[in-house]
Amino acid sequence: MAVQAAERQPATAVRTDPVLLRVQGAYKHFPVVGFGSGGLAVRAVDGVDLEIRRGEALGLVGESGCGKSTLARLITALLPVTRGNIIFDGQDITKLRGTKLRRVRRKMQMIFQDPFASLDPRMTVGDILMEPLQNFHIGNGRERTRRVQELLRLVGLNPNFNNRYPHEFSGGQRQRIGIARALAVNPSFIVCDEAVSALDVSIAAQIINLLQDLQREFQLTYLFIAHDLAVVRHLSDRIAVMYLGKVVETAGRNDIYDRPQHPYTKALLSSIPVPDPAIERERALISLKGEIPSPVNPPSGCRFHPRCPIARVPGVCSEVEPQLEPHGAVDQVAACHFAGEA
Amino acid sequence: MAQTLLQVEDLHTQFFTSRGVVRAVDGVTLHVDAGETLGVVGESGCGKTMTALSILRLVPDPGKITSGRILFRGRDVTKMDDEEIREFRGNDVAMIFQDPMTSLNPVTKVGFQIEEAMTAHDRFTEKLAKGRVVELLKRVRVPAAETRVKDYPHQFSGGMRQRAMIAMGLSNEPALLIADEPTTALDVTVQAQIIQLMKQLNRELGTAMMLITHNMALVASLCQRVVVMYAGRIVEEGPVEQIFKSPQHPYTWSLLRSVPRVDEARKDRLVSIKGLPPDLLNPPPGCKFHPRCPFVIDRCKVEEPELEEVGLNQTARCWVLMRNVKEEDIDAAKQSALSRDAAQKLKAVPPAEVGDGSAGR
Amino acid sequence: MASAVGVAAQVDWDVPEQTGLWQDAWVRFRRNKLAVAGLTLVVALVIIALGARLPATPGGLWKILHLTGDPFQQNVINTLAAPTFQHPMGTDILGRDVLARVLYGSSISLSIGIIVQFLILTIGGSVGMAAGYFGGRMDNLLMRFTDIMYAFPDLLLVLVFVAAFGPSFWSIFIAIGITNWVGLARLVRGQVLSIKEKEYVEAAIMTGSSPIKLILKHLLPNSLGPVIVSLTFGIPAAIFTEAALSFLGIGIRPPEPSWGVMIEDGYAAIFADPSLVIFPGIAVALTMLSFTFIGDGLRDALDPRMRR
Repeated sequence: MAVQAAERQPATAVRTDPVLLRVQGAYKHFPVVGFGSGGLAVRAVDGVDLEIRRGEALGLVGESGCGKSTLARLITALLPVTRGNIIFDGQDITKLRGTKLRRVRRKMQMIFQDPFASLDPRMTVGDILMEPLQNFHIGNGRERTRRVQELLRLVGLNPNFNNRYPHEFSGGQRQRIGIARALAVNPSFIVCDEAVSALDVSIAAQIINLLQDLQREFQLTYLFIAHDLAVVRHLSDRIAVMYLGKVVETAGRNDIYDRPQHPYTKALLSSIPVPDPAIERERALISLKGEIPSPVNPPSGCRFHPRCPIARVPGVCSEVEPQLEPHGAVDQVAACHFAGEA
Repeated sequence: MAQTLLQVEDLHTQFFTSRGVVRAVDGVTLHVDAGETLGVVGESGCGKTMTALSILRLVPDPGKITSGRILFRGRDVTKMDDEEIREFRGNDVAMIFQDPMTSLNPVTKVGFQIEEAMTAHDRFTEKLAKGRVVELLKRVRVPAAETRVKDYPHQFSGGMRQRAMIAMGLSNEPALLIADEPTTALDVTVQAQIIQLMKQLNRELGTAMMLITHNMALVASLCQRVVVMYAGRIVEEGPVEQIFKSPQHPYTWSLLRSVPRVDEARKDRLVSIKGLPPDLLNPPPGCKFHPRCPFVIDRCKVEEPELEEVGLNQTARCWVLMRNVKEEDIDAAKQSALSRDAAQKLKAVPPAEVGDGSAGR
Repeated sequence: MASAVGVAAQVDWDVPEQTGLWQDAWVRFRRNKLAVAGLTLVVALVIIALGARLPATPGGLWKILHLTGDPFQQNVINTLAAPTFQHPMGTDILGRDVLARVLYGSSISLSIGIIVQFLILTIGGSVGMAAGYFGGRMDNLLMRFTDIMYAFPDLLLVLVFVAAFGPSFWSIFIAIGITNWVGLARLVRGQVLSIKEKEYVEAAIMTGSSPIKLILKHLLPNSLGPVIVSLTFGIPAAIFTEAALSFLGIGIRPPEPSWGVMIEDGYAAIFADPSLVIFPGIAVALTMLSFTFIGDGLRDALDPRMRR
């Protein structure tokens, strides 16, 4: 795969490297169980197209019910797609099973949200880190032991901790173990699913710094999923915003803040308080009407129209679903009939 | 002259466990004036929630308030008898908690629960209470309040449940509302609605508020004064503008700089406070923050500082103080210390080739 | 002046060691007085049972030590005797030493009660694990089969079994095994279902573990707690079932003195000498109680939520 020359934009520097992960028309519907529910389903992911370029950190942000965690599990093949393709490093992983799928996992790893649930409480830290090395036949016994020690040192833990159990560690330390586990097989792509949401502020900062350092050191590609837009903006090169199962806007980290094209993005940005009293006294919160609708029955046309401050209802907004189209800066797309007018 | 509603003086709350005594609240003095919003900031285990529970005398076993005074409008809460304290709770001071789903009874209608909060204090008859419930729900901007009173908590969304909790808290028109992490469990856009609601209520009703949170941005949005807690003590206190502009305690400074801001244009490195929160069973000697402090000096390790005045109405508990710290030390505090050595050794295993997952050695 | 300490990634070099999971459980178990009493009694029973059967002469070690008599030795002169020094629990309707028979009976009750749990674990564990792990149609099929087994009258199945293979230790053993695995199957399935969703299982999948590895290394070890408790409670149930079946005449047959058989024998002379029924009855009750206390203690000790 030839590496194309990076094009530089004034406001954002976005690398146009070859695409490492391409999500094409991904759908994930969970059928609603029970009598009389007919063909109802929770449309967690309802038609998503996404690209992640080699070496970049893509942030995926959205509120509850937007489908970002489900999308993460489709991308990592922990859940099968209802429809659509996931092309990773040239291969469509939705078509892979068994051993072939397991081989792909060597290149793609995940860091989980809950530090208390993501480590098997019955295994020692050493066993937990050894597991990927054994599964992928990396090195022999002694080399693996050494590698486990190096991994612990890398994430800032004492290498002699390999016979301790997870319950002996704090949340932040456990998250480091999870990071060490993800790096054990030297993957090229790491999905961080709310990796710092469950941590205290100062511990979260440690982990955020660690993730940044590791990306630089190992040239990793990240998919960083969170509901906290400030954290996402800090860690990402580009950001995709999801609402009710679909991507509504994608842009570079500065473009999305300086010139959001979608009214939901704009509202989301304005909802976030900033630790600066002077700014907070002045600003106007864009308060959205109502609550997030249920993913079982999304609104017609543009899903956001019932809460949108600029929706034309009745009209195109309630009838036609907008597609992702270029608006605003180069490399910025938004799905809105009146993009940029909010 | 602002009237002082609540005055906490040298409060000590301790937990007597089988492994020793945990000094959860270790000498806290603070006050809330009528109509103002005070922020109490700190991370888990700093004692902020225990302080609030102590004020309401809701400290769970094996904890006890061991010394200090809590004066509400001059009366000492720690000396109230059972009947007085019941009168006090919910009526003079009300509290709302973090997770509205567990604070609301799932098998009782929401309207009824709010009614109960009122009839329990004999201020309203049942009939009056029923009437006020709808009014209260409207005040907290719950749409279609008349029909919503008959719903159960699971039929409310997260944001609405929190509004119902606020309505319950305000139902007896308390002078002070204590809110413990009221927006942590909510979505960002809903959080913004609740923040806006709280600002409006403070303006309309004049209710004073004590906001307990780890979220500095929330404090910037809602509070006039802020108190920073660490290991059961107050380490800094002052007006919000001053604290945010020139924090003097290294912990406050680190907290402010360890949170990414959504409006930051550059990817400035975050300050991360090394180490873990202190073990309250075996706290470190001297200044409780010293093992984690990037600017520690020898004195910090042996002698615990007192709260000193460092600015107009601003106090801090520190021997060093941020204004005495040099630029280069601040830069050093932000450096990466990733073990490059370990990284080199790990990179020796080549990343998997395309289509190959079982590269042995 | 201020030390420029880099915010090191090297956070934690000294994490105090805490008790391991099993040690913690043992400490908690020890605190429960009843559980410890139960355990002591069970240990004593096991020793008694072993001594009653080894060496393989009638009366075993205890007879050799002159502590008791021969459980099979009849003595028509000395029937229905009151307790004496020579026969501390008296004699039964055929003049046999009751104490010796009670001691012997403990070996039967314990071996059936405990060993049958292995059979239950094998059948119930496999069914539950398969249903929970594979889900879907397999789950449906297995659970319906489990429901049928549950609804089927156990006694009928036992009778059929005994009629086919004759009453003996082994037919009872297997009969109890195949009628009592349902509870465990449901328990294991529930455990697997909840563990399957846990993030550490997802993480194990991400590290490339095959389904077999997942089951053996992650699902099984983490479901052990409630399974052990369930099996512990299964022991007194099995002991009682054997006693009841033997009493009804479709279990162990005389002259083997299982406690149920002794009660059946003694029932005929209950008005003449109720002690023939009381002694084995108390033995059954005490044994069942001991295991129940142990089960209670284990359940509290192994409950992860009660960890400090």
